[in-house]
Amino acid sequence: MDIYNKSITELSDLLSKKVISSLEMTDYFIKRIKLFDSKLNSFITINEDEARKQAAFADSMIANKKNHLLTGIPIAHKDLFSTKGLLTSCGSKMLENYIPPYDATVVSKLNNLGMVNIGKTNMDEFAMGSSNESSYFGPVKNPWNLDRVPGGSSGGSASAVAARLTPIATGSDTGGSIRQPASFCGLTGLKPTYGSVSRYGMIAYASSLDQGGPIAKSAEDCAILYNEIKGFDKNDPTSNHEVKQNNIDLRLSKDEVKNITIGIPKKYFSEGLDQNISNVISDSIDVFKKMGFNFKEISLPNHSYTIPAYYIIASAEASSNLSRYDGVKFGHRCNDPKNLIDLYSRTRQEGFGKEVKKRIMIGAYALSSGYYDEYYMRALKIRRIIRDDFLSAFNEVDYIFAPTSPSTAFKIGEKTSNATDMYLSDIYTTPVNLAGLPALSIPVGYSDNLPVGMQIIGNDFTEDKILEIAHLFQKETDWHLHVPEAFSHE
Amino acid sequence: MSDWETVIGLEIHTQLSTKSKIFSASSTSYGSEPNKQASYVDLGLPGTLPVLNKLVIKKAVEFGLAINANISKHSIFARKNYFYPDLPRNYQISQLDFPIVEGGYIDIVTEENISKRINVTRAHLEEDAGKSIHSNEGNCTYIDLNRAGTPLLEIVSEPEMCSAKEAVLYMKKVHSIVTYLKISDGNMQEGSFRCDANVSIRKVGEKKLGTRTELKNINSFKFVEKAINYEVQRQIDLLEEGKRITQETRLYDENKNITKSMRSKEEANDYRYFPDPDLLPIKIDDEYILEIKKTLPDLPDVKEKYYKSKYSLTDEQIKIILSNQTLSGFVDKVLEISKIDAKKIVNYFISSIYKKVNKENISLLKDIITPEDFYLVVESVENQIVTKNNLKNLVDEIWENKKSASEAIEKFSNKNEDDELINNIIIDIINKNEKQVLEYKSGKTKILGFFVGQTLKQSKGSDPSFIKNQVIKALDAI
Repeated sequence: MDIYNKSITELSDLLSKKVISSLEMTDYFIKRIKLFDSKLNSFITINEDEARKQAAFADSMIANKKNHLLTGIPIAHKDLFSTKGLLTSCGSKMLENYIPPYDATVVSKLNNLGMVNIGKTNMDEFAMGSSNESSYFGPVKNPWNLDRVPGGSSGGSASAVAARLTPIATGSDTGGSIRQPASFCGLTGLKPTYGSVSRYGMIAYASSLDQGGPIAKSAEDCAILYNEIKGFDKNDPTSNHEVKQNNIDLRLSKDEVKNITIGIPKKYFSEGLDQNISNVISDSIDVFKKMGFNFKEISLPNHSYTIPAYYIIASAEASSNLSRYDGVKFGHRCNDPKNLIDLYSRTRQEGFGKEVKKRIMIGAYALSSGYYDEYYMRALKIRRIIRDDFLSAFNEVDYIFAPTSPSTAFKIGEKTSNATDMYLSDIYTTPVNLAGLPALSIPVGYSDNLPVGMQIIGNDFTEDKILEIAHLFQKETDWHLHVPEAFSHE
Repeated sequence: MSDWETVIGLEIHTQLSTKSKIFSASSTSYGSEPNKQASYVDLGLPGTLPVLNKLVIKKAVEFGLAINANISKHSIFARKNYFYPDLPRNYQISQLDFPIVEGGYIDIVTEENISKRINVTRAHLEEDAGKSIHSNEGNCTYIDLNRAGTPLLEIVSEPEMCSAKEAVLYMKKVHSIVTYLKISDGNMQEGSFRCDANVSIRKVGEKKLGTRTELKNINSFKFVEKAINYEVQRQIDLLEEGKRITQETRLYDENKNITKSMRSKEEANDYRYFPDPDLLPIKIDDEYILEIKKTLPDLPDVKEKYYKSKYSLTDEQIKIILSNQTLSGFVDKVLEISKIDAKKIVNYFISSIYKKVNKENISLLKDIITPEDFYLVVESVENQIVTKNNLKNLVDEIWENKKSASEAIEKFSNKNEDDELINNIIIDIINKNEKQVLEYKSGKTKILGFFVGQTLKQSKGSDPSFIKNQVIKALDAI
């Protein structure tokens, strides 16, 4: 029946017609995890027992006709979404024993709909990374080529969905952590507008940039999940009051398309972008042109300041957010501390990995007295300018297309020794976070047999339209249906 | 000694009286079992976020308006980063560059009876930390996070006080404002009102400020005075010996009456303040400020003048009434409807109701007796329907037995007093005290007091003048 490659709607249909029970579907995907994940390392925790209980409950919901489209569908959560009673490690030794007493808002919303949490996915430690190599639980492999990284930081989620070990997964995106792995793994991933999805219970990396969202096979699946996780949450003061649930109908008509103008930032395509990727994106733009979309070149003049501004702001916030891991209350604690300072320093020395320590130090430095104005304040000003660049572009065009990453999935170990190279792999994604905008990455083809992703960036709170545009494209193309060969069997 | 001049600035931390904490729904009540009032947010669990309790904004604005300060239309929370075990996130949420209240002033009257204005630099919102309890046994430290996240308003003065006495006067004035406006319960034993004093000295006439020391966490008026006086003398001694003053934080040891070095500026933290990205800026519009202005009662200073000029109340009376807004509100209503001399009425109030509520809970007052009922009671005393001695009984009747004023007055009115009973008592006393009767009969009329006293004792609270008349009647009848 090839259940593994079915869309959420198809799976939901099978469940409500009782062709298959949620318990059977859950067992099916858990079996796939057990069969394939030793090659990928995409899961940190398999939630087998609890998932089966949730599935049995979902089946009772279905039997009583109290089911939602998502009831009984398995999902995997990135291991920074707090799950009550279930290890939430954030990919770190620091939290290798941390079991939250509460659910993140995203998790509880989906639990309430009867979704089945089949496990927690691997990730870069504290979401800091673009390759999933900084995880304490080991690197994750890309299902398209096991020598390659799946991208990061939501590498586990992307790898798991790409290998069809779960129908869908959650991720979080601070500088590209949903979109870049989605593009490396041939998936569709949505980074919502800042404030759309509650951050409550999502372990913070950089609070002003973090945003949860779906990593899925298609825009349609993303839309279904996004619609259920978005919305104001009284527990998150930065969540937006205006964001309300509505059913995204994905019925953009061809007539409407003619009124839509897409901006192409020329700098994005001229500097540092792999030529093959550029060609693949051009081909897909041709598809959009044939569908009737209008295109226009635009300029985002301050693009080159993005990476330094991003790393200052994100690291500054991280240095403070990660202070709480001190061995006093939860998480790792060093053995036999001699005194308080020893407790702090050895706990943090042992508990954090290299990348995390580096960013804490960059951040603490940028905030320290005498340097604050020169680094942190200046980065905030750049952030404002970058947002203004986007907003003035949106005066001319409705949406912006951009590459997701300057390269396809690189080799494991290839960039670990060169931080700048690694950081530059986020060059097209981080400006979107700095500007707080929504963006979706969709698969648009291959370069040397590795998936290529393209971003659709919109103005604040235009997720619905972005998803409609992508959905229209995915009706014309089948890139999103491709499954890596090693995983395209039951 | 007179060569030196003292300069003092105070940072007062006052706990805002809200039911829940500044960033979580946990209760702020004092004295419960350790860590029973610490929610996931207070514990700083990963993924938790602070949610602002809006009531703290109202209280800060009230304080700002009370001291004629500027209320910031846009103020922001900042993180103050430092590691300490009782600070769960290892940063304190406070305000730095954009505090909610800026400027303003407090007027004090010095001992020399001179009015002096102390300018307030700023007042900002922040959260309190938890408590570390260091145990001697087992070489360990316990952490209690019940207090973590309790809302504080930190009120920072300009360095404009010249003596420990002035500092205490300023502190008392701030205390009276925050307690009168119910911004804080001002309970100093529980740490709801405490201060840090920045103390320096300089030669008289010198413009430049001397090196200051900061005396941390003093929670009584008495200790503030003692600590500053000690510190000033210590600084004078140092300078006169040709030594230097180190800029440092010092702790006051109340048992030894000395200050001790806690940490010097060189070891001080770089707090790496930055705007808290988890919290939106506090935005306040004119409409909101106006609304609060409307509900803000007159301040003690204003009322004091009013009580003096309109009612000629004594300083002592005013001090008692103004110790609490509920009391003064009650008295105001009584005075409004009263046709009796104000001083008299306030005395009745102090001797009856104030004595009673002061022992219990002042906030109960409004639930128990209305100003109208109290006035009826006082009026009945004034009109000699009830004896003065029965005033307390009347209040008790209303208070404890939940009777209406008219029922209580009815019960204790002179008319209904059992003359028969009193006469019986008098006759009984006369019969048992033959000797005293003889004395009276022989012209020693002073002995009358004995009979009246005995009768009063046994009749419990009857009108003495009535008893006296009856005693004379009875004795003369023999």
